[in-house]
This record gives sequence, structure tokens and C-alpha cells, in this order.
Amino acid sequence: MKKLVLFIPLVLFLGMGVFLYQGLFLNPQELDSALEGKPVPAFQLERLETPGEMLTQEDLKGDVSLINVWATWCPACKYEHPFLMMLARKNILPIYGVNYRDERAPAIRELSREGDPYTINIFDKDGRLGLDLGVYGAPESFIVDHNGIIRFRYAGPIDRNVWSETLFPMIQQLQAEAKQDGV
Amino acid sequence: MKTFKILVGFMASLVLAFNVMATPVDTYEFKSTDNQKRALSLAHELRCPQCQNQNLIDSNSPVAQDLRLEVYTMVDDGKTNAEIVDFMTSRYGDFVLYKPRLDPKTYILWLGPFVLMLIALYVALVVVRKQRGKSTAAPEMTDADRNELEALLKSKQSQDNK
Repeated sequence: MKKLVLFIPLVLFLGMGVFLYQGLFLNPQELDSALEGKPVPAFQLERLETPGEMLTQEDLKGDVSLINVWATWCPACKYEHPFLMMLARKNILPIYGVNYRDERAPAIRELSREGDPYTINIFDKDGRLGLDLGVYGAPESFIVDHNGIIRFRYAGPIDRNVWSETLFPMIQQLQAEAKQDGV
Repeated sequence: MKTFKILVGFMASLVLAFNVMATPVDTYEFKSTDNQKRALSLAHELRCPQCQNQNLIDSNSPVAQDLRLEVYTMVDDGKTNAEIVDFMTSRYGDFVLYKPRLDPKTYILWLGPFVLMLIALYVALVVVRKQRGKSTAAPEMTDADRNELEALLKSKQSQDNK
């Protein structure tokens, strides 16, 4: 029994070793979103294409949807854009754009040149909605269920891998949930 | 005398330079110096969500600027520190706190070192006690031992004298 006591430091050392070793494989960029499980924050902002036309969180409700935060100053958004266009053509779910801390004219120009994958585009000039969404860069995307609850947040450009491994399975599941609820 | 003056001038400019470094670049006007102090110390405790290892004051990223301004205006609006911290964590999660809160998720962070120290103390105590049990003092000599030793010494002496 007394000899066992002497092994306590070794056991503690091994325990801490395992704990710290796991830490080596965590990605510090993947912050868990504080908003998962919460409704889309309330906002009242203009539609990007038409100044004066106000949109609120109610306009985004109804379907399982993807909210995509983008800007013309964001290179990773340009990288992501063709994939969003492909998604829009497949008509899987509405994609709502949040034009984040941007200027209206270049944003509209960019969409008319590269194509517009967005069902609705919200003009978040001051980044207020972005702040309420806990956005810290662009692009960021949120999967929202049919009740308007944020279910998943993804920071970074969506590409084929992210889509097929993470986002699409979750969207299919949420769409099944929506069907069960009779939406 | 002249070198002394130069030295003083140099020191003064150094002090000035450090003062400049310590103040953030924003041109926000606070309602009072108390508010300013409180806002700055809060912004020091909040982490920039984008740059990971800088606080809101140190970071130049756009999101840190936004959050800094948010902190300043909330302080000037009379919000309490707890309200401001809640505002930040409800959006960016516990990650933005440089000083983690004490809740079940962080017990190991806050209490772990003390638990480890207690265990170390306990182990040290056990080891010390064990050592003490095995007395290290020289065993008492009996009369027989003493006689034997004397005899040995004597025989050695007589050998040396030969």
C-alpha cells in the first residue's frame, strides 16, 4: 500500500501528459460559437440592392437556410464564391448574404460580374449585425433551422470538403426535422 | 553638466515614448476619466477573437477596433462590467475572456494547481515520515562492543609499535 503511494506522481504525470498531448491537435481557429442554439439576432438593415428597403430577422425565417457573411475586401470570399454559385444553382436551400463592413456600389458590381448566389442580401455597412452574430472575419457561415435558430457556425471559406463532410449532412438532417414539423 | 542635461532629456523622452505606447490610438472621448480607466482596464481583459493572443487594446484588427469602441460606449452608457462581459461572451463565447470565469467547466483551471500542490505536500509528508521511521542515528554501543573496540585498537597500536 505504501509503495503504491509512490506511484501517484507518475500517474499524475501520465494523466497530464495525455491531457496536454490532446491539446496539440486542437485547432485554435475553431472557436465554438456562442450563438449555436440561439435565434438569429434581431436586426433592421437595408437590402443591399435597394436602399431604403428594410429587412429584419423575420424575412429569413421559414426554411432551413445558410447565412453567409461576405465582403468585397475579403479574398477568401472570392475563393468561396464559385462554390456558393454552384450551391445556388442546385437550389438546396436559400443562401442569405450579409454584406459585412463593405461599400454598396462595389458589392453590387461584384455580384453582377461574378454572379449572385444570394436569395436576399443584407447590407451590414457598420458591421452591427456581424457583431451580434459574433463574426470576427469573413467569410463566416451559419446554418439556421426552420425556426430561425442558429444550429452551426463555420468560420472560413466553404469548399467541397467542408460542404460534403460537415455542412450538407447537417442541412439534410435539419431539413428532415423541418419536414417532420410539417413545414 | 552638459552630458547630465542630455541624459535627463533622453530619459524624459524615453518616459514619454513609453507613455505614448501605452495609450490606444482611438480618439474616443470619454465622459469622465473614471470611465476611461474602467473601459481601458476592461478592454485589457478582453481577448480579440480574431488575433487570438492579443487583447482588445493591443490588436489593430477591425473586429478588435469595433469591440473596443463597443466597450467604450457601453462604459459611457453606464453599463456595469458584468453586463459588458456578458455582452461579449454571448457573442464570442468564453474565449474572449483572458481571465476565465469560475464555473464547472473551468474548475480544473482554477483549482487544479492547488489540488496538485496538496498532493505534492502529501507525498512529501509520506516520504519524510518514512525516512524518519528508519532512524538514521548511530546504534547505541553496548559495553561488550566498547571492550571489543578497545581490544582491537590496542592490538593495532601494538602492531604499529613493532
